[in-house]
Amino acid sequence: MSAAETAQDKASARNGWLLSTPALIILTLFAVGPLLIVLVYSFLVPGKYGNIEWAFSLEGWRGILFTKDIFTEQYQLADANVTIFWRSIKLSLLTTILTFAVGFPTAWFIATRPPKARALWLFLITIPFWTNLLIRTYAINEVIRNEGLLNTLLLNLGLINEPIQILYTDTAVFIGMAYVYLPLMVLPLFAAIDRFDMRLLEAGYDLYASRWNVLRRIILPITKPGIIAGSILVFVPSLGAYVTPRVLGGGKQMMIGNFIELQFGQGRNWPLGSALSLMLLIIVTGALLIYVRYANGDSRHG
Amino acid sequence: MADRSFSVAKLPGFTATAIIVFAALYLPIFTLVGYSFNANQSVAVWGGFSLDWYAKAWANTQVKDATVLSLIIAVTAAVIATAVATLAALGTTRRKKFRGETFIYVMINQPLMVPEIVTAVTLLIFFGIIKQATGIQGIGYVILAHAAFCIPFAYLPIRARLEGMDLSLETAATDLYASSWQTFRFVTLPLLLPGVIAGAMLAFVISLDDVVITEFVKSGGQDTLPTYMLGQMRRQMTPEINAVSTMLLVLTVVLLTAFFFLTRKNDQ
Amino acid sequence: MKKPLLAVALLLSSTSLAAAEGQLNLFNWGDYTSPQLLEKFEKETGIHVTVTDYDSNDTALAKVSAGGAGFDLVVPSAHFVQIYVEKGLIQKLDLTRLPHHSNIAPEWMDVAWDKGREYTIPWQWGSTGISVDTSVYKGDPNTSELFLNPPDELKGKINVVPEMNEVVGLAVMWAGGEPCTEDVEVLKKARDALLNGKQYWASMDYGTTEHMANGDWSASVNWSGESFRSRLKNPNVVYGYPKEGYPVWMDSVALLSDAKNVDEAYKFLDFIMLPENAALISEFARYPNGITGSIPFMPADMQTAPEVIIPAEFASKGHFMPTCSGKALDYMTAIWTELQK
Repeated sequence: MSAAETAQDKASARNGWLLSTPALIILTLFAVGPLLIVLVYSFLVPGKYGNIEWAFSLEGWRGILFTKDIFTEQYQLADANVTIFWRSIKLSLLTTILTFAVGFPTAWFIATRPPKARALWLFLITIPFWTNLLIRTYAINEVIRNEGLLNTLLLNLGLINEPIQILYTDTAVFIGMAYVYLPLMVLPLFAAIDRFDMRLLEAGYDLYASRWNVLRRIILPITKPGIIAGSILVFVPSLGAYVTPRVLGGGKQMMIGNFIELQFGQGRNWPLGSALSLMLLIIVTGALLIYVRYANGDSRHG
Repeated sequence: MADRSFSVAKLPGFTATAIIVFAALYLPIFTLVGYSFNANQSVAVWGGFSLDWYAKAWANTQVKDATVLSLIIAVTAAVIATAVATLAALGTTRRKKFRGETFIYVMINQPLMVPEIVTAVTLLIFFGIIKQATGIQGIGYVILAHAAFCIPFAYLPIRARLEGMDLSLETAATDLYASSWQTFRFVTLPLLLPGVIAGAMLAFVISLDDVVITEFVKSGGQDTLPTYMLGQMRRQMTPEINAVSTMLLVLTVVLLTAFFFLTRKNDQ
Repeated sequence: MKKPLLAVALLLSSTSLAAAEGQLNLFNWGDYTSPQLLEKFEKETGIHVTVTDYDSNDTALAKVSAGGAGFDLVVPSAHFVQIYVEKGLIQKLDLTRLPHHSNIAPEWMDVAWDKGREYTIPWQWGSTGISVDTSVYKGDPNTSELFLNPPDELKGKINVVPEMNEVVGLAVMWAGGEPCTEDVEVLKKARDALLNGKQYWASMDYGTTEHMANGDWSASVNWSGESFRSRLKNPNVVYGYPKEGYPVWMDSVALLSDAKNVDEAYKFLDFIMLPENAALISEFARYPNGITGSIPFMPADMQTAPEVIIPAEFASKGHFMPTCSGKALDYMTAIWTELQK
């Protein structure tokens, strides 16, 4: 490398930094920086009516799993907290699985359309995604509530005698989340399938493989990066879901997001809320790191 | 020898599933839109076609205030985010990979990875402290919060466009003795424009739709359309919400269609 | 490229200009402010009132104490007023700027939580009980047993409004205690009862009016006015006054210490002390108010409604919610957070 080239590289790098600075400033101030404050808050003491008092305490973090029984003053495992965490993980996993089960055929369908039509189908899948989350959740509400579309249909068909109570149950939140996050699964799957070489399928069939085997041994392994990407794109937001459980869960089916909000409202425990937020962030970052390692590891094997 | 009707790409049940999925995706939305024309007060029972709810929504001052505020925030945040993202995109593409570039990339995309509730909570605390310390109030907080999480949405299309751009035009300009500023202004920028506009529109839609962060960060009289709707959903559920939702939906679809055509034209 | 930016700048500056001429930011319970009242106010004074909703006293307090919320007026329940005063969040009213102050009904003037009404102006008052859809449950609606030990017809169909003081208060009174008790035995009984009942609750949410109208809920622990409005939509709804004891509360308007639109606020506070305007407030949310002479202005059905005029047999069972001591409050908060999970 000549001196002129190094100088040019340096100038290029410097320009790169300069141009990125405004973005970095805004992001540091309004996205990343505040996280540090939350970290500090998680080690403080709750104020009497919300907010905090400047005294050090590990109660915030301890409160994630343990509560002090008010009458016996002893620490015990917080069953209710565990329930909420378990519900969040369970629902997120179920949502991921369901969206994959129906999303894969959908992505396959779109990818196998003639090129002109493909763009249109993609567009159709994308619209619900860009529609306001609240609107979509509310739309599901209209379908599953006691006087909603589903129950009215079943009643009219004579299949049931009274409306089935779906709203305000775990199932309602599950349905809501699957509905809301489905496009997020379909799009990466589509991208992966799009790149899939159909001739491999021909080869498979020529070798007398059944459709099922072809699916299992050829298609799925090759589209794995897309599957992983889609799964992460669904699992991560579901874990931190807030609007859907709130609207469809009726305040009883709390997930982590709602539980966090509670601490800043009626729960009056900002340190706990801060600790919980950070815990959620750590879990999510962990999941993303696993994905990145997996995706990179995969590409090494081609 | 090969059976003509055997399509390699066809997998049993997949097409049927896909069709059902599309139907299932749109059915709730159509139900929602359909009931916005319901003459009956109760959301569930159909009472005849009526535009009353739209009239009511139109006349509702809270809805009007919220809509205006949503638009102001979305436009301002989109402008800030796009401007800043364009600079960042220019700074991180088409140049030799420099130290710290990955860091910048992670920082820019960080809002996509952090759960919204976490960001909402951190900003609530952070803004509270600033407001108490400086006494400055106003809509600026919400706008800046929106600008922050819109940046990645503006950044990605611009970067994609930039990477796909043909360098030869710019090289030609330089060969013709144009200064780097002139090259930028008359060659790069016009070519980049579709990407910038696409990024701006995405940022706008994202800002318009935000519910969680705005809900936590807003203060007096700062209800945006989504937060207003969230409040209403907990109480009064009249078809007025359906009407408001439909209007918001139409706006989003129009913008998306424009975005779609914009990007399609580029590919051709 | 420049034109859009210019337009945005103009738009931004025009909004702030509008803010300068007569703006008022009211932070109130959701579904509690009459749009007609605000329209009338704006017509008479030119001041535009923006209402921001909250669902519970706790949320409101959290928002206000977080600072910089930008509100001028807030409407806390009685037992919260002293908290606001203690934290310096609301300011003492300059009574010389409120010529109609004497309109406040004598029984509501010297209340324990604001003697002489130096901090707050009455908005509405009511009770917390149980709304029951009599087409689903035909038994006695006047008991807390309905939500602590729901009968079969109501299992999975009863809602409980998530308002801590009132719900825990109902449970404590059911367990034989006084509200704000520090008696551990009573509190334990109350907590266990609540946790036991919770598994049968449909939800802990607001919106009783709509949900009882469309059958999502067949019963709901909620406020008298809300129940009244439910009854207007669904005639089968009856409001039960729990005979074990039920809370009575009053919400009043207070001026925040960091309010920016103080002149406008005083105009509003004085405005709502006129009987015909107080009646407008009552008409919307269906609660009685604390201003003398407003009854003739209220709609006819309100003047005899059982939700508004407490039937004699239950009158003595109503306990006005006091402000609890720190210890009592800690117990209540602990019970409540356990319940919320």
